Parts: sequence; structure tokens; C-alpha cells
Amino acid sequence: MISAKTRFQGYRRENGRVGVRNHVLILPVDDLSNAAAEAVANNVKGVLAIPHPYGRLQFGADLDLHFRTLIGAGSNPNVAAVVVICIEEGLAKRVVDGIAKTGKPVTGFGIELNGDHSTIMRASKVAKEYLQWASERNKEECQLSDLWVSTKCGESDTTSGCGSNPTVGNAFDKLEPFGVTMCFGETTEITGGENIVADRCATPEVREQWMRVFNRYQEVINRHKTNDLSDSQPTKGNIAGGLTTIEEKALGNIQKIGKKCKVIGVMDKAETPTRPGLWFMDSSSAAAEMVTLCAASGYVVHFFPTGQGNVIGNPILPVIKLTANPRTSRTMSEHIDLDVSGLLQRQKNMDQCGDELLEVMLRTCNGRLTCAEALGHREFVLTRLYESA
Amino acid sequence: MIHFLVHDKKDSVGVIVVEGIKAGQELTGWLMEDDSTLKVKALNDIPIGHKLATRAIRSGDTVIKYGFDIGKAVADIKVGEHAHVHNVKTKRW
Repeated sequence: MISAKTRFQGYRRENGRVGVRNHVLILPVDDLSNAAAEAVANNVKGVLAIPHPYGRLQFGADLDLHFRTLIGAGSNPNVAAVVVICIEEGLAKRVVDGIAKTGKPVTGFGIELNGDHSTIMRASKVAKEYLQWASERNKEECQLSDLWVSTKCGESDTTSGCGSNPTVGNAFDKLEPFGVTMCFGETTEITGGENIVADRCATPEVREQWMRVFNRYQEVINRHKTNDLSDSQPTKGNIAGGLTTIEEKALGNIQKIGKKCKVIGVMDKAETPTRPGLWFMDSSSAAAEMVTLCAASGYVVHFFPTGQGNVIGNPILPVIKLTANPRTSRTMSEHIDLDVSGLLQRQKNMDQCGDELLEVMLRTCNGRLTCAEALGHREFVLTRLYESA
Repeated sequence: MIHFLVHDKKDSVGVIVVEGIKAGQELTGWLMEDDSTLKVKALNDIPIGHKLATRAIRSGDTVIKYGFDIGKAVADIKVGEHAHVHNVKTKRW
């Protein structure tokens, strides 16, 4: 059970934010720089390259989101220092300048006029210095109000709505009074429960913002759909797990926001929340995209309830998985940090499971690797808004 | 042994929470809202996580779960019958 006296050991960064991991990131700005970034990570043991397929010929809001996500990832307090690599030095500088606002060490390299060999050599030298510097950062005692916790569920089934999602909701209701900064998202997956979320908005302004982002994406669906999305939302995996309609999926999904928390604000993708409380982030419901956006927003630990067994992780954000499905717990146990299937047999109640999740959260913050971390799941997936130029 | 859960008194479906349910089996359900139990006889083999009707549902009726509308029946569904994509559809999109 958490209280005002609850503490955990975290890394306090130069800007005051607290991280629970101490990564040195090798961050490619574009697809062309992946090879150099991965070569640096091969040269310097213990740094983390996060390759991705995008960054060329994007423009407008799509390019803004690309930079916001990369700068956000580098700025995340789970990251101690960053080496940025880009084909064009000028674009590397844009990302470096963004991350440098946190005060953490960051250096950028351009490949043009240098080639991969020279770039890899120079970047590796800096990466090694950063890694050794980071290894001497000490943890300190931190309060719950230092913590930012995000949630998103995946490969949901009906047991998600019965067990694992309301367990997260119970934990969120308990974290909220201690000034924790929290978020949920998955705009389409609230279809059928949009009025329930609207009723949970703290003010008429937030309610209006929520309905605006919800309706905006409904228009995107109506413009592009070729059927009732019955192969996409719910997914084939959801349907195999017994979920029949998007409305049923949504009503299970929003169990994650508990019974008491109010939605205090609506953020665009990868934006940074400005105060403690529960935020909604307009985002995809695809697991890796949403969790990547949470990392870019600055969240440092993530609750991921699953039904049929989604195996996602993230390079920056420890992803804690829980399931209430006894079959998933049995067949995919190496992926499950917390089994709450006892809820379905009335062997445990929601309060006990919420407390168990908070205990796993605190152990994770103190350094315990999640299943996804131990298994090397590092899905870093950028959200695209439209096709490249 | 609880075989299925029902969230809300208004619900017309429940969720199977154990593996290997066979047609003809007498099932015990837990109505979570008031912590009561109910009995239903399964009319089909139903996988874990899938739903059964806890009330007779007519084609065109709204199907209720969590106390809310989760779509419409597109065929008559008997008490104890498997309720899924073959007889329930979204009202959206």
C-alpha cells in the first residue's frame, strides 16, 4: 500500500525530473543513420541505439511530430546522455538543441562530408565518455510526485476489461492523490465509451478538447474506411479472445482510468504534460506507437495490461505487463510481470491487485528489470501523420 | 468454481473465464455488481474469454455489457448460447 511516506530510488536529472533508468542513447535522426548508430552501440558496450525507419522528406505537422518524438525520447529522464547521428548535420543540431534544453549531455554528428567510418569513430569516443560519466550518476530518494506513469493495453480480450484494466484503474486512483503525472490515450479505442470519458473530464474546456480529438479521428475513419473496421478494430487477436465489437473493447479499455481520476488535460502526440494528474494523449492504439509517444512525452514507467499476450517493450520506458487471462499467464509466463487471474475466480479483489501492481511498479522504479527489458523488447515506433514528400 | 462473469445487472451477456466449457454443461456465474451468483446451461462449446447470453436476445436488440450498449444482435440468441461476431455487430462506422 502506498502512502505519503512512500519513496523510491531514482536518478534526478539536471532539469529536476526523475528517471528510473540510466540509458545513454545513440539516436539516429533518420533511416540512413541507423547503421552508424548501431555501429556505435556495437563499439561501446552498454549504450543503446534506437533505430527506426523514418526521417526523410517529411514536412509540416508530420515532420514536427518526428522531431518532437526524437527530442522527447532524448529528453526523457530515463536517459542520462545522448549521441545524435543524422545524415545532415543541420538536422542533427535541431535535435541536439531540443535535448540540450534539459541540461543533459548531448552531442550531434552529421555523416555527409565525413562518411560512416569517421562519424562512427568520433561518435563512439563521445559515447564512451558519456557511458562512463552516466555510470557514476547516483540514485537518490524520490517521492511519488516525482513519478510519471503512462498506460496502454494491448492484445486485449474480455479478461482485460474484467481484470487487468481495472487493476490499472485501481492503481491510478491510488496514485492520483500523491501528485503523480499519468496518461492514457488510444483515441479510436474509446469508441462507444466516449461519453464516459467526457463525463470524467475535469472542466468543460477539457471535455470540449476531448470531444474534438475524438470526433476528428472518427472523421479520419469515415474518410478512409472500406468496411466497418471489423478486421482492424477489434483486431483478429481481440476477436480470438472473445471481444466482439469496438464498443465492447472500448468499455473494457477505459477501465484503466479507474473510478475516481478526472481527466485534467488533453495532449497532442508526444507533447509534455504541464502538471500532475491524469492526461489524455491523442494517439494511435497500436502498442509500440503509443508507448513510444508516452516515452517521448516524458513518462518513465508504463502499465501494460494484456489479454491474449502482447509482448511489446520500449527502449526507454520500462513496460510492466499484467494479465488476468489464466491461459496467457500459463502459456506466456516469461512476458508477464503480474498475474491477476485470481480476480476472475474471486480469489483476490481489485484493491489487492491494485496494490500488487503498485508494488511491482516501485520495484521496477528501484531497478528491477521488467520481462520486456529482460527479453530485449525495444520497439521504438514513430507515428506518421501522412505520406512523405 | 466460477465459469463466467457478469459485470452489471443490466447486462445480457457474461464472459467465460475458464477453459474447456462444453455444450450442455451447467455453469455458475458471478454477477460482480452485487456479488450474487447465477446459473446458466451452455448451449455450445465456448472458449475462455468468449461470451454467452445470460438473457434471451432477439435479432435487432441492443446487447448490454458493463451496463452499456456494445452493439446489436443480428440473429436471435438463446440463453446459454455463444454470443460473438457471428450474431453480434457494432453499431459504429
